[in-house]
Amino acid sequence: MFETLSLFTLQHYWWIIISLIAGVLVFLLFVQGGQTLINTIGKSDIEQFLIVNSLGRKWEFTFTTLVVFGGAFFASFPLFYSTSFGGAYWLWMGILFCFIIQAISYEFRSKPNNFLGKKTFDIFLFINGAIGTFLLGVAVSTFFTGSKFSVDLKNITNDGVTAISRWESPAHGLEALLNIKNLSLGLAVFLLARVLGLLYFLNNIKNENIKNNSRKHLIFNAIPFVFFFLLFVIGIFLSYGYSYSSGSNLIFLEKFKYFKNFIENPIIGLLFFVGVLLVLFGILISIISKTTKGIWYSGIGTILTVFTLFLDIGFNGTSFYPSNFDFQSSLTIENASSSRYTLMVMSYVSALIPFVAIYMIWAWKAINNKPLDIEELNNESHAY
Amino acid sequence: MNEVMDLSLVDWSRGQFALTAIYHWLFVPLTLGLSFIIAIMESIYIKTGNPEWKKITKFWMTLFGINFAIGVATGIILEFEFGTNWSNYSWFVGDIFGAPLAIEGIMAFFLESTFVAVMFFGWNKISKRFHLFSTWMVAIGANLSALWILVANAWMQFPAGMHFNPDTARNEMINFWEILFSPLAVNKFLHTITSGFVTASIFVAGIGAWYLLKNREKFLATRSILIAAIFGLISSIYLAFTGDISAKLVGEKQPMKLAAMECLYKGEMGTPLKLFAVLKPSNDTSRLNFPYTKMVIEIPYGLSLLTHDDPKAFVPGVKDLIEGRPEYGLLSAREKIERGKIARQMLREIKEAQQDGDTEKYLELKAKFLDPVFQKNYFSYFGYSFFKEPKNLIPNIPITIYSFHLMVLLGIYFIFFFITIILFSFYGSIEKNKFFLWIMLLSIPLPYLAGQSGWVLAEVGRQPWVIQDYLPTLAAVSHISSSSVQITFWLFALLFTALLIAEVKIMVKQIKIGPKDH
Repeated sequence: MFETLSLFTLQHYWWIIISLIAGVLVFLLFVQGGQTLINTIGKSDIEQFLIVNSLGRKWEFTFTTLVVFGGAFFASFPLFYSTSFGGAYWLWMGILFCFIIQAISYEFRSKPNNFLGKKTFDIFLFINGAIGTFLLGVAVSTFFTGSKFSVDLKNITNDGVTAISRWESPAHGLEALLNIKNLSLGLAVFLLARVLGLLYFLNNIKNENIKNNSRKHLIFNAIPFVFFFLLFVIGIFLSYGYSYSSGSNLIFLEKFKYFKNFIENPIIGLLFFVGVLLVLFGILISIISKTTKGIWYSGIGTILTVFTLFLDIGFNGTSFYPSNFDFQSSLTIENASSSRYTLMVMSYVSALIPFVAIYMIWAWKAINNKPLDIEELNNESHAY
Repeated sequence: MNEVMDLSLVDWSRGQFALTAIYHWLFVPLTLGLSFIIAIMESIYIKTGNPEWKKITKFWMTLFGINFAIGVATGIILEFEFGTNWSNYSWFVGDIFGAPLAIEGIMAFFLESTFVAVMFFGWNKISKRFHLFSTWMVAIGANLSALWILVANAWMQFPAGMHFNPDTARNEMINFWEILFSPLAVNKFLHTITSGFVTASIFVAGIGAWYLLKNREKFLATRSILIAAIFGLISSIYLAFTGDISAKLVGEKQPMKLAAMECLYKGEMGTPLKLFAVLKPSNDTSRLNFPYTKMVIEIPYGLSLLTHDDPKAFVPGVKDLIEGRPEYGLLSAREKIERGKIARQMLREIKEAQQDGDTEKYLELKAKFLDPVFQKNYFSYFGYSFFKEPKNLIPNIPITIYSFHLMVLLGIYFIFFFITIILFSFYGSIEKNKFFLWIMLLSIPLPYLAGQSGWVLAEVGRQPWVIQDYLPTLAAVSHISSSSVQITFWLFALLFTALLIAEVKIMVKQIKIGPKDH
């Protein structure tokens, strides 16, 4: 089936998969967002207990998706892995540290004799939710704003330093924090995670105080989210993008490139627009009505929005990881990908994704057939 | 002008990866084995309907959960460190190495993490049989996760199913099945997961022994010990079997590693196998005349038999591999370095012709480069070109041999350990033998020691290579400062140590609480 596809088609296919995983990952950040709201929404020990346990049943989905995102990126576009991870060292290490401390926190926090104390593990959860999401947003924003790096494959033949990718900023990734667009997307992702977290509480926890508090805080998080998101989107739409002609691989700046891509690929543009509307619709109906379904609208909207933003930078002759130090070192899905054979082999594996999705949905439903309440938790042998 | 390589960066990057891998491997073996033991116990519960078995299953599941989370945490770091610390490696072999990693994510991680949630939270929500199915899926998923990363690791030790593409300056996959079913990959997978089974079996038996010593939880303790002993015995015998195959494959694919793990300097026909050796320190800077033995116990012809199934077979030593033995078809390291340099120079000229737009020269050089004779006689030594001194091709011998011998001795001990438990259990006298119960309890750290020794042997023994013969560790590092890696090294060391202490304290407390509170 995949043998007949050209390298060019497979590169596009894998960028679609990467974009989809990125969309699902950002949606699942509701766990992280929720972690920053445990004490804000939960006013009593019981409410906090409910919130932590509701989130604790989902943390692995987010974590695994992050791991798969990294693995899939490595396999399909290894030059990105090599350049960005090895270059923006401190940015990625910051993200890593934020996620390591999450993985153990749920399991350890309420166990007796846990050495660091429950409060420490709760602080770990907060750091993961606040700084982890923010840094992820900043890192993704550099896909639009560019970074200072150079790539020269000939370096492998050097006698001294052989690194083919070199980061040309001594801050090794921290310089991304000085860019207003990067900060905007970082804050937008952080606030979106909180919004999704609140919508998730509405849907997943059976407790009136938590529901009322969640609705109340929704608006305070949604307004700044929309502000920073628009700041970022308008900023990138109005700015120059990194363009190239397929085949020539000569990178040049093009005004309104990211906006033009949506116009020139109207289906992607339309899906982006629908995604944004769905996110806003989910938030609005949750504020003005008693519905608990907002997470599904905003969740699907988030997946669509992130998915199309990734397609925006990968398709239509656009560099998905531009270098503003040396334009010609910029990474595109054509120059950064694995070989045709590898992409073809992995494409067969990707055919398993629908099955994975089916059993994940089944598992999700099996352990979430009704909203969580204190009675269920009291009968539960495994609680956080 | 070429920038000089900072060797402390290489060492700190190595150190950071080793640190992460060592901590990761403190948690993973228990996950691999305990997941199956839990699945067996739950199967017995479903079969018998006896609620005591449910209690036993849930008790071990609690300990599994504590251990599982920390294994996940350390695992993600390893994945990302390939990029953060070994960026050249990520490009040079990412086309091959990345695929198993991605497949691991899609096939195994989701399976494992999804069904872990069902296993922990599904007791009262789904049918008993579906719950059992989920528990088995966790065990299979956890072990499948190990499969893919071990396939990738085996490929690094024995590159197969690939070719070098001068246009992209990297190795590219040409045969997925050769990589997946390479003898080294299959054997490494089986050897590694069975070592996890042994670890979990000793862990379960040891804790069961503690309960018997305290005169508590007799049903849980005796049943757990018996299951662990049977599972452990089968696993430990298979572990020894795969270990034997592993030694043969090392002899075939990584002769320098074999020479190092046996401290064999001058090869001979009918080489003995050192069962035990104590090394003398050496001041020999050439590293070719290590006066190794203070004390040695050998089996005559053993190494020849082990590696070639022939008591008279020639096994090359360190000196033979460095200086060459033409009569056995062994090139000297100096010759390999020179040939590698010719391949690297040609690659440079190809890239320069490509950059200059000199199509004629580019095509001519490329055709020459891709010629099978050139590939075999020159490019297959590409990695050697990065070395000036042949002695740098020798791994650390004392670390390699001691870790090898420790692993083997402990492996033999484990077989007798499980046989003894089964015999005691069969005669119904295990509870009365306090001395042996103490041995069982005190044996818990031993499989961890054996597992770590195995990895030290595998990874230190293959130095200086990250990809055998193609890419040395020093050419694989990222372009970052050594001080950056030092900072993250200490941060990781601090964090991992704190988490390890937390895990051990929580485990001990949960064991003391026992199954009644679950």
